[in-house]
Amino acid sequence: MEGNLSQTTLTAGHTAGTDERLDLRGITKRFPGVVANADVSLAIRPGEIHALLGENGAGKSTLVKIIYGILQPDEGEVRWNGTPMIIPNPHAARALGIGMVFQHFSLFEAMTVLENVAIGLDSPEKPSKLAERIRGVSAAYGLPLDPLRDVHTLSVGERQRIEIVRCLLLEPKLLIMDEPTSVLTPQEVGRLFETLRKLAAEGCSILYISHKLAEIKALCDRATILRGGRVVGGCDPKVETASSMASLMLGAQIKPLARRATTALGPSRLVVGGLDLPADTPHGIGLRGISLDVRAGEILGIAGVAGNGQNELFLALSGERTVETPGTIMIDNTRVGHLGAERRRALGLCAVPEERNGHAAVPEFSLVDNAVLSGHRREKLLAGGLIRAGRALDFATRIIKSFDVRTPGPGAAASSLSGGNLQKFIVGREILQKPGVLVVSQPTWGVDAGAASAIHAALLSLTSEGSAIVVISQDLDELLAISDRIAVINVGVLSAARPTASVSLEELGLLMGGMHEADVAKAASPEREMADAP
Amino acid sequence: MNLSILVPLLVSVITAATPLLLAATGELVVERAGVLNLGVEGMMLVGAICAFAAMFITGSPILAMLAGAAAGAVLSALFGVLVLTLASNQVATGLALTLFGLGLSALMGANFVGHPIVPLAKLAIPGLSSLPVIGPLLFSHDALVYLSVLMTGAVGWFLNHTRGGLILRGVGESDTSAHSIGHDVIRIRYYAVLFGGAMAGLGGAYLSLAYTPMWVEGMTAGRGWIALALVVFAAWRPWRVLAGAYLFGGVTVLQLYAQGSGFVLVPTQFLTMLPYLATIVVLTLMSSGSVRSRLAAPACLGKPFRPVS
Ligand SMILES: Nc1ncnc2c1ncn2[C@@H]1O[C@H](COP(=O)(O)OP(=O)(O)OP(=O)(O)O)[C@@H](O)[C@H]1O
Ligand SMILES: [Mg+2]
Repeated sequence: MEGNLSQTTLTAGHTAGTDERLDLRGITKRFPGVVANADVSLAIRPGEIHALLGENGAGKSTLVKIIYGILQPDEGEVRWNGTPMIIPNPHAARALGIGMVFQHFSLFEAMTVLENVAIGLDSPEKPSKLAERIRGVSAAYGLPLDPLRDVHTLSVGERQRIEIVRCLLLEPKLLIMDEPTSVLTPQEVGRLFETLRKLAAEGCSILYISHKLAEIKALCDRATILRGGRVVGGCDPKVETASSMASLMLGAQIKPLARRATTALGPSRLVVGGLDLPADTPHGIGLRGISLDVRAGEILGIAGVAGNGQNELFLALSGERTVETPGTIMIDNTRVGHLGAERRRALGLCAVPEERNGHAAVPEFSLVDNAVLSGHRREKLLAGGLIRAGRALDFATRIIKSFDVRTPGPGAAASSLSGGNLQKFIVGREILQKPGVLVVSQPTWGVDAGAASAIHAALLSLTSEGSAIVVISQDLDELLAISDRIAVINVGVLSAARPTASVSLEELGLLMGGMHEADVAKAASPEREMADAP
Repeated sequence: MNLSILVPLLVSVITAATPLLLAATGELVVERAGVLNLGVEGMMLVGAICAFAAMFITGSPILAMLAGAAAGAVLSALFGVLVLTLASNQVATGLALTLFGLGLSALMGANFVGHPIVPLAKLAIPGLSSLPVIGPLLFSHDALVYLSVLMTGAVGWFLNHTRGGLILRGVGESDTSAHSIGHDVIRIRYYAVLFGGAMAGLGGAYLSLAYTPMWVEGMTAGRGWIALALVVFAAWRPWRVLAGAYLFGGVTVLQLYAQGSGFVLVPTQFLTMLPYLATIVVLTLMSSGSVRSRLAAPACLGKPFRPVS
């Protein structure tokens, strides 16, 4: 591997058109009702980290699926090291040295890490030898992974490592990463970047897709920007700013978030007092003594490293898991702890879960049907047990319009939407129901900068109508931008909420790392501590 | 109870279990690939009549067994075209396949009712068959009995120790992941469905060639459904299918003996009901989502898959 790659490193850095590793010319791909890629050309040199930017539905995933052989282009040519190629399937792509980490992971939950790796290799290998190789690669690149663990017991970050290790075992010449960091913690992102830089230094080309422009700036050498399936330009991320890249991407300036004037807060709308909830799976996190209070017109942000009880807290608030003591959760002074999601929805609590496929939306259902599933009561979409088709269609159409969901129409299946567009749809579906209390988990997960600011603006305008909102997110910048108060969840315990204006990133980081509030206060302001001492 | 009663009793347990084992082993492979084929009963019946007809006409047991397997495979290919290529509903298509097999076998068998054939020969294994007790119990059976056990072992080995088995399980676990890695989901499922059909056909052939060497309309008498239940009962593990098949076989035989010996604590009808009752319970549980996940069913079982390209 070493010798092989260092040779290619010698050719890195040349700019002549002939030594491009991958050269796409005029790629066009049509789906029923959409042109996902139109005449896309793109070239990547050995050892280069190339960013592919574009808003939701711009065609980024489609393009990389074509490179990896999952989709076939309708027109255009793919050149590999200068030779025109047809890549009929992923086997052929891997044989060329192309590896891919998918936006939606391609893993098998009921199997071990070892089996998950083996199934993605093209030649059979003895399990013991393969396990040895996995350990070797994960040590060499700092990606700790136990080959014998079952995948369903692993965190999202660990799952992604499987995908990366699977690619690295192929000794790739081109590694494609489709939004790899949207589910990682800041520490995991740091570690991933180290790995990618190391690979690039060895001569591997990397095609990197992300909506996080700050990351692109930190990592990538060049960028190609897609809009509506077309290349609209390229840039050097090192010299651009995040906002100049965003405006290139959207073809318009992003409006800075207008924070509303702090109005007087209304009465408490969601009150939780001493909520305990045991873990329901062997690897779940139990909630201990959770208390919070959100008032009308307020956004409470909940930060935390993934897997610290956010899912459990979400389920407890939304009513998917109930508790026996009704009084631990109150919506507008009604005791609801024992009520399920449907009853809570009737009382005004709507919820947007983190996982959009299968939890927030039924992928095979049309957008109209998905709109009916959660909106039927508050939007009065049922009459005597029958669906009022006209009203349902109207509701779905309103969501699509208000939230700029890019789709051929309300009859499209949820699974045909790009990730970010489906996210806009499910967030919009709940916001348009004008809930008294809204609980949202990762509202802008995988959403482009323009749509993210639209979702944030919609949340803020909902509060000005007197709703109380809980936002659970791993994105600290997001929480700092929109919430009035922030609390941190760590192994199932929620810290006291503090006004956003008075917390620093550093303090949040320490709380997320499991330090106690008193210690954080000390660590953050040692001089104050000394001044207080007699 | 002495050995002279016990040995024939156990031998009849083995013969009663064999058709179940053959069909269930096939269905296990189909389900591990993520396809639910409820047409086992129909495929067994068509296998039974085709094997019987081949035996009656050619007199060759080998041709007869091949005919049974081929007939089951042809029927399952029809199922495959409908549910895999055309992505139709698997439950409805499987039920239709059973009804179709029932009717087709009756039609084909109309002229064979009441004709005798030579039953499958018992293969004596030199040296072993003449051992006391063990000999008659384990080493004096016909080819299909040995084949059924061998196939179960082979399937267990294939699923857990070969790359092909790994891919097959992967396809049943997550069709989209397997597809994006580059495995041809539809083709792998076709192989599994054809194998399942051939095994169901062999199970049927065993009934008409060895168990009761004649053709009677509807002679599987619900064994296809029992085989389906067995797969769930065994939590999709080959060796547990083996144990389950012998358990069900045992229940069937016990009930026959109880009837024959006039041993009546409970009405014999209840005993006759037992295997079917167990089947209904298991099949009902299988359709309930939560139990399904607890039993570690293949995650994509019964889900149609349409690749985009
Ligand atoms: N299988 C499909 N069938 C129909 N349309 C599709 C299919 N896959 C993608 N599309 C459409 O093609 C367009 C491009 O989708 P793609 O997934 O490539 O976007 P993306 O740039 O990756 O977006 P995101 O940032 O949200 O992931 C979208 O309009 C999408 O709805
Ligand atoms: Mg995408």
